[in-house]
Amino acid sequence: MQLLSSTLSLTRYLVQGKPAGPIMDTVREGLKNQVIREIDNEPAAKSIGWTESSMPFAPDFEKAQFMFGTYMVFSLRIDKKSVPAKIINKHVTMAAAKRLAETEQKQLSKTEKQQIKDEVTDRLYTRVPASPNVYDLVWDCEAGALWFFSNLKEANEELETLFSKSFRLSLIRMFPYTEADLACGLTDEQRDTLKKAGPAAFNMGGAHA
Amino acid sequence: MLDVSVAYNRYKFLGHEFLTWLWYMIDTNPEALKKADPEMESLTIGNRIVLENRRHNRDETITIRGDGAGLEEGVIALTKGAKVTEMHLVFRAGGLEWRFNTKGESLSASSLKTPQTAKMETSEDLEGAVLEKIYLTERVVNLLHNLYAQFIKERVSLDWEKKTIYRISAWVRGDQRGDG
Repeated sequence: MQLLSSTLSLTRYLVQGKPAGPIMDTVREGLKNQVIREIDNEPAAKSIGWTESSMPFAPDFEKAQFMFGTYMVFSLRIDKKSVPAKIINKHVTMAAAKRLAETEQKQLSKTEKQQIKDEVTDRLYTRVPASPNVYDLVWDCEAGALWFFSNLKEANEELETLFSKSFRLSLIRMFPYTEADLACGLTDEQRDTLKKAGPAAFNMGGAHA
Repeated sequence: MLDVSVAYNRYKFLGHEFLTWLWYMIDTNPEALKKADPEMESLTIGNRIVLENRRHNRDETITIRGDGAGLEEGVIALTKGAKVTEMHLVFRAGGLEWRFNTKGESLSASSLKTPQTAKMETSEDLEGAVLEKIYLTERVVNLLHNLYAQFIKERVSLDWEKKTIYRISAWVRGDQRGDG
């Protein structure tokens, strides 16, 4: 479980709203609908979905315990396959040569070339196992707060998209402006001041003695 | 609210000012930071600080790292207009210690080391271990939030333009170990 590891990275979010209906049932349904799909032995290059934090490679949200006290804990899993471009090019060249020999053509049309490339890519991706990345999250539904245990741009973007699709709720990433505007209890007047603010200079009055 | 990506870039400077202010406060008035966590024993700069100077159409990055590294070069960079963009912090409270990096532009935490949790003996211990880790993580989340809220309330107050900027500038010049 990533959450229990000795070193963590964390991005904070504000969850806008609460799940409709009974929270546990709605969230369980959202997790089941968008559970990670295995893509080994399939031509897909990428799969994104939810998984259990304690059983990331055998999720079963029918039985899963994802409620810990008042927090919900589950994980985003991103599986990706990668085949180096050089290997794809080599196999495309070989397949094109074979097709020319079989059909006794002098050259292949653009459509035939694309068809060969698609076939080769599908064949190679089917043979490559996906490399999984699991990122835990903690959701405090009552407080409308969510911590995502990654600072990676791609992982955070995928989280925002999948979360909205699964639970019909928006995530707002907490960074200096959003934190000040939404979470620091500023008055309307203070928020106006914030909006108009520009960078300050801390080196007024000459160089260091 | 403004478009999120526009707001992220437009107000990035607030995060850099926050970390620069935090250094100033740690150096001049650490007691005032205890508002962020009443149990705080200490909050100190750890083994890494990154400063950036984006003035006069040039980007300059100064990284100071190492457990025994002095911050003199950082102070010189401040006098030239640089601000702190990343900082490693050591937070002690209740006899426990947390270490983490924070980035001004995102207010995110990385390399977060919380105090050790109890060892899990059986799978039944999982819930306890998870809740303990959440509690320990929440201490840092709340600390960062409360420190930032303390900064931002000062940042939007009349005192900011009239007093705080001058006090920080005096601290940067080294001619005042300010009154916070």
